[in-house]
Amino acid sequence: MSKLNLVQAINQALRHEMERNPDLVLLGEDIGRDGGVFRVTEGLIERFGERRVVDTPLSESAIVGAAIGMAAYGLTPVVEIQFMGFVYAAMEQLISHAARLRTRTRGRYTCPLVVRAPYGGGIHAPEHHSESTEAFFVHTPGLKVVVPSTPAEAKGLLLSAIRDPDPVLFLEPAKIYRAIKEEVPEGEYVIPLGQARVVLEGKDVTLITWGAMLHPVLKATNRMAEKGVEAEVIDLRTLSPLDSATLLKSVEKTGRAVIVHEAPRTCGLGAEIAAQICEEALLFLQAPVARVAGFDTPIPLPKMEKYYLPDVDQIVEAIEQVMGF
Amino acid sequence: MPRKVIKEFKVEWFQILDESGNVDRSFWPGSDPITEKEIRAFYEAVVLIRTFDEKALNLQREGRLGTYASVKGQEAVQVGTASALHPSDWVFPAFREPGVSIVRGLPMKMIYQYWSGDERGSAIPEALHDFPIAIPVGTHIPHAVGAAWAAQFKNDPIAVATYFGDGATSKGDFHEGLNFAGVFKLPIVFVCQNNHWAISVPLSRQTASATLAQKAIAYGFEGIQVDGNDLFGVHVTMKRALEKARRGEGPTLIECFTYRLSDHTTADDASRYRSSDEVAAWKSKDPLVRLRTFLEREYRWSEADEAALRKQAQERVAAAVHEFESTPPAEPSAMFDTLFASLPPHLVRQKEILKKRIEQDGSLHVKEKG
Repeated sequence: MSKLNLVQAINQALRHEMERNPDLVLLGEDIGRDGGVFRVTEGLIERFGERRVVDTPLSESAIVGAAIGMAAYGLTPVVEIQFMGFVYAAMEQLISHAARLRTRTRGRYTCPLVVRAPYGGGIHAPEHHSESTEAFFVHTPGLKVVVPSTPAEAKGLLLSAIRDPDPVLFLEPAKIYRAIKEEVPEGEYVIPLGQARVVLEGKDVTLITWGAMLHPVLKATNRMAEKGVEAEVIDLRTLSPLDSATLLKSVEKTGRAVIVHEAPRTCGLGAEIAAQICEEALLFLQAPVARVAGFDTPIPLPKMEKYYLPDVDQIVEAIEQVMGF
Repeated sequence: MPRKVIKEFKVEWFQILDESGNVDRSFWPGSDPITEKEIRAFYEAVVLIRTFDEKALNLQREGRLGTYASVKGQEAVQVGTASALHPSDWVFPAFREPGVSIVRGLPMKMIYQYWSGDERGSAIPEALHDFPIAIPVGTHIPHAVGAAWAAQFKNDPIAVATYFGDGATSKGDFHEGLNFAGVFKLPIVFVCQNNHWAISVPLSRQTASATLAQKAIAYGFEGIQVDGNDLFGVHVTMKRALEKARRGEGPTLIECFTYRLSDHTTADDASRYRSSDEVAAWKSKDPLVRLRTFLEREYRWSEADEAALRKQAQERVAAAVHEFESTPPAEPSAMFDTLFASLPPHLVRQKEILKKRIEQDGSLHVKEKG
């Protein structure tokens, strides 16, 4: 084991899987000689060559579209979209084709591909570099959506995503690419998709989050612990399919839920989670479900970003609100 | 010299069998001639496709088929290209290629099934390396590019063909796909069926280019325009392009100059936007008639031969219709079964909900016939 940040953990996962699977091909812009704009693929072209680590033309739709054809043919393509804000050019490929190929051919063709993209705010990046629009993809039947929250999680989830027989969107929170280091198991380390993680056990309130937001959520629970509130924290890990059972079990225990995400509030994934809690666990609730989310505005440019992204204070406030209801 | 010509390009046009059914033998491939047996098989396929197509239109009018996109007038492109493919080659059609699919060996029943609104029509048999129909225009072009790339990666000695219309050449995926194919020198043939109309939009509104073939030049490979109603010209061009691809010499764009004699689909009325004179002019270039004229001249094709062939085609199509209409309907819950390799819990629940609804509501019960 060694202490790695998220970038290094993903790099290690890709390296591990490329050694194992000779049909694994990486496609993306600047991922080869440059090692990716965040250096996630650094050193891979030297190890595996330009046949398997392909610097493509600047062409998101064709990158994803070609990956669909490759996957159907029998390769294992792993695509990097440079920033989530640039994935929209490939939306048609993802929604109309990748997500539908298996079912529209009744299983004759499948599409085992992974699209990786850095996502989320908090890195003071230019316009269109801080998007958090995971809900578009969660809303798309046939896609899986995964967001890791720590380096070890990233490795374990990425290996599962690559081995998954269906298309997976793997969203990497750019804010924590280098912010956290932790022990990452070397070699084989797999975390199954579709299973949320109870990061912290508690009896008073359930905090539901994913990705970079896990970290302010954990800070908020520290503060609440000082006030005697024992929060349970759930890291969703896989946004689609959602591990509803784990969420509901926790809410049934605590009777209170706060959902935290940086994506815009309206029709964000929090809305679906709140709806499921109301449908399945209403009689356990001791307070209305609360959401801490981004505003329904485009994420601002860096100078105003901090006014947009949920922070520890807002999370603490929401917990106090549901505790005091 | 401050100004000089740094590169010049040309676009070739190719034809073997002219509008009157005459063959220009100087273009006839000497080492690999098209045999009489092949020519007869071409004509059989053209007649079969025409019969299949007319039947589809009738079935739609009778309410036995949903919306259908007719291929009438484009049979030479489809037979000429598909007959040049090897079974191991991969094919990525758009939505107006029933002719290609029939020549490739897709059961006609499945094409009817698809246009009747049954996903099982896209459950391509394992033996065929053909993708199902792609409705969003041009979006399948990158898939074909990806398959060609995978074949190159695996050193498989195959080629990939993808089909699309003139409208698709305005789409980003066309340009992105061709660009990738050029950059990575992929074993692929792009077959553009320039039928002059994208629903109501004429070619002049798709592009200011003199030809569609020339678009390949911008991507660094050969583009050629061929008379798309000349089955021989199409076949020879396709064969050359496929061989070139298999030799690792990269992609080709073939613009097949043809015409959609029918409406865009059964939901369209082409008389709203194009003149009957124009249609009549193209009817006189009908690829079926042209080939038949050639057969009459060269092989003494008779009325009796024609009648026998038509009868045989009608019988085959009737059998396909019967097979299509006597297939029991699919289980409605099949909509869940192949969404993922294994069904996640929320979909297991939704599938149960559907099953319960069907159990409780007699009007939703699956009937014996579709």
